[in-house]
Amino acid sequence: MTAQPRDVHRAIEAVARHSYGRLVAYLASRTGDVAGAEDALGDALVAALTRWSSDGVPSSPEAWLLTTARNRLIDRNRHHRVRERVHEGVYNAATVELLARGDDDPAQTETFPDDRLKLLFVCAHPAIDPTMHTPLMLQAVLGLDAAAIARAFVVAPTTMSQRLVRAKAKIRETGIAFEVPEADQLAERLDAVLNAVYAAFGSGWDAAPGADSVDVGLTEEAIWLARVLSERLPDEPEARGLLALMLHSHARHAARRGPDGRFIPLSEQNPALWDAASIAKAEHELAIAGAAGRPGRFQLEAAIQSVHAERARSGATDWNAIATLYEGLVRMAPTLGAHVGRAAAVAEVHGATAALRLLDDIGNEAATYQPYWAVRAHLLQRLGSTDEAATAFDRAVELATDPAVRSFLQRSRNARPH
Amino acid sequence: MQYALLVYETPEAFARRSHSSDNEQNLGAWRLYHRSLVEAGIYVAGDPLQVPEMGTTVRIKDGKRAIQDGPYAETKEQLAGFIILELPSLDAAIEWAARCPAAAIGAVEVRALAPDVKARTTFR
Repeated sequence: MTAQPRDVHRAIEAVARHSYGRLVAYLASRTGDVAGAEDALGDALVAALTRWSSDGVPSSPEAWLLTTARNRLIDRNRHHRVRERVHEGVYNAATVELLARGDDDPAQTETFPDDRLKLLFVCAHPAIDPTMHTPLMLQAVLGLDAAAIARAFVVAPTTMSQRLVRAKAKIRETGIAFEVPEADQLAERLDAVLNAVYAAFGSGWDAAPGADSVDVGLTEEAIWLARVLSERLPDEPEARGLLALMLHSHARHAARRGPDGRFIPLSEQNPALWDAASIAKAEHELAIAGAAGRPGRFQLEAAIQSVHAERARSGATDWNAIATLYEGLVRMAPTLGAHVGRAAAVAEVHGATAALRLLDDIGNEAATYQPYWAVRAHLLQRLGSTDEAATAFDRAVELATDPAVRSFLQRSRNARPH
Repeated sequence: MQYALLVYETPEAFARRSHSSDNEQNLGAWRLYHRSLVEAGIYVAGDPLQVPEMGTTVRIKDGKRAIQDGPYAETKEQLAGFIILELPSLDAAIEWAARCPAAAIGAVEVRALAPDVKARTTFR
């Protein structure tokens, strides 16, 4: 039975998109070697192209790929003499035994254990350079190539690819454990995983009009990772909180830009353009998270977005509620973003003077933080300090990376104070 | 896998070695730590080193020996000893490093041994 090349391609694409991370995680958690698992899976995908074209697409493409990749790993070991290149893809006898063992043969059972959670904890391991946590996840769990990751993080492709190779070598050579941390370490380790997933999302936040939205273009990938996390750790409310936060932000995607590409701040967005399904999903996740009674940074941030989303129903924004949530956030996670967001909310409740005082308290660390200058500029403008406002607008424009945000700020700068 | 825990200590900690009365608590902590390593069946080897000022650094430069008094790097915290452990993962090594008395006052660097390099560099 032969298969149409188009169907074979489609089948390979589907299984690669859906199962890549699970296959890498399964193999790597048995060998401790992410790079080796990726290579073997890559070989298996190439083999699938020819085999599936002549023999037809197997009933379980996932199991076929896993068996092929696993055999590839075992073969590679048999052919290696121990003396040469000991550290590249050569595993000890116990590892080979683990790979070859029939009793958990995934091809027999059609389903195989989902080890993606272990892989995520490895990618965000404290022994790995924190700036590589997100790129590792994107590659090992989602199969993104180094060039795409490099584009998102604005570095040269060769640089990104070298860093990925180095990070994976550290995982393999130092024997980083593929395991979910024990309870006493879980909270701390999970923080690193959540932060890395959030970094893939970029800062698509709407705390202030004219806050630069660093869109790394990986929104859907980040949401996928957060979904994996909250499925595998159903009792961790922060994982759901992160998912809810990202779904809320994603819901406003279409409303954030005008038809001419113009940047539209949250307060001027048309709620009819918000994605109601995405908001409903966010609310669902946040409700489950809240029921655990263990508030955290991401749940609070999601709750703030939830109050904003309420405008679709009520037509108004409850700034009192938002300011209260920011108070909690600043206490729990005093990031620059939280401080600036709080000032923007306080401006709506207690006026621009009170808000400006909060911004003054932040100090020097905000000097290069674009949202700080955007909020400051709007507050000064509201108070009629036109010259100071102009200086702050200029600074905000200078620091903005998004051209649409830049021209929005320039328009605001030249608008008459109201 | 075998891991080296490289123990780094401050000059103050080195100085305390020769004042046995101030050091009793520290020595007690080390004895307890060593005992737990042995009882866990993971202890392979280990030794403290003399003070860094006693170190001699040797290099060959332009075919000549350049011998320097003192340790390799002039840093505040200096290598004070090492412990070799047999453990399943880096995570386990980090766990044991965190329990080392020096982790609270100095630092403990975890480095996996390189048996592949050893195979190519040892006499057989």
